Amino acid sequence: MIPDLGKYADTVLWSYVVSIGLLIALVGFSVIRGRKVRAEMEKVEQRMSRNG
Amino acid sequence: MTIAAKANALWEYANPRKFLATSERVLPFFWIGAGLCLVVGLIWGFFFTPDDYKQGSTVKIIYLHVPAALMAINCWIMMLATSLVWLVRRHHVSALAARAAAPIGIVMTLIALATGAIWGQPMWGTWWAWDPRLTSFLILFLFYLGYVALWEAIEDPDTAADLTSVLCLVGSVFAFLSRYAVNFWNQGLHQGASVMRAGAITGTDTEEKVSNIYFYPLLLCIIGFVLLFIALVFYRTGTEIRARRTKALMARERVNG
Repeated sequence: MIPDLGKYADTVLWSYVVSIGLLIALVGFSVIRGRKVRAEMEKVEQRMSRNG
Repeated sequence: MTIAAKANALWEYANPRKFLATSERVLPFFWIGAGLCLVVGLIWGFFFTPDDYKQGSTVKIIYLHVPAALMAINCWIMMLATSLVWLVRRHHVSALAARAAAPIGIVMTLIALATGAIWGQPMWGTWWAWDPRLTSFLILFLFYLGYVALWEAIEDPDTAADLTSVLCLVGSVFAFLSRYAVNFWNQGLHQGASVMRAGAITGTDTEEKVSNIYFYPLLLCIIGFVLLFIALVFYRTGTEIRARRTKALMARERVNG
């Protein structure tokens, strides 16, 4: 499945692991924070509309 | 519609509601586009391109290193543009867009530095050298960290936006140096531009260029990184707008008792 990367296999694979890992972490943290902030805003809006 | 009218229509997006509505409509296209381009580009580059005659299989690092480095610089340029809009026109969305983009820039710079070091070790025999391009990239990374720290350190959001905008103007020198350092100082280990150079692509100059066999998947990865950047900026700016609104609502609640 993985192509023969020869003597540089570790070098290439580490580059991919580090980069893709960082990209996934960036997207993941952005989405988690985005959902948390949206839920918090909706909660405050509902509370305010209830209290007039 | 005249050009002036079109330019004026652009300012409508400075309205947070308009920005949120539009970004939510277009975001799925950017997420899907980014995912498709990155998956196809990386699989193509990793599995279906041959080893380079000089660099062996390490050439496959190009599909991550070059797009990340490109976006690290362009992210700062985008922050510069939105910071200028904030300083001149005081549109909050533009200041929040710059704030939202900074962590993306940090990750892109980190990927470029990490893959550069991993690639450099077998090719140059060292993880790091105080080469003009590498050094200016490291300074750009430190500017990104300083920019985020400044936003976090100042409580008043307008003051924070003012000061971070000025920092962004200063840091722009290093964003441009990161791109052109190799042209200014003809020294160091890092090669000159061999991808985004008109002459290199068309083959009209005599310097070595990236072969088309690597260039096409690389182009797809670059498009993927650009689309991912746009999607993340839209999404994160929306988050910043909502966080700001939540703070304002809570302050109003406190005042009203």
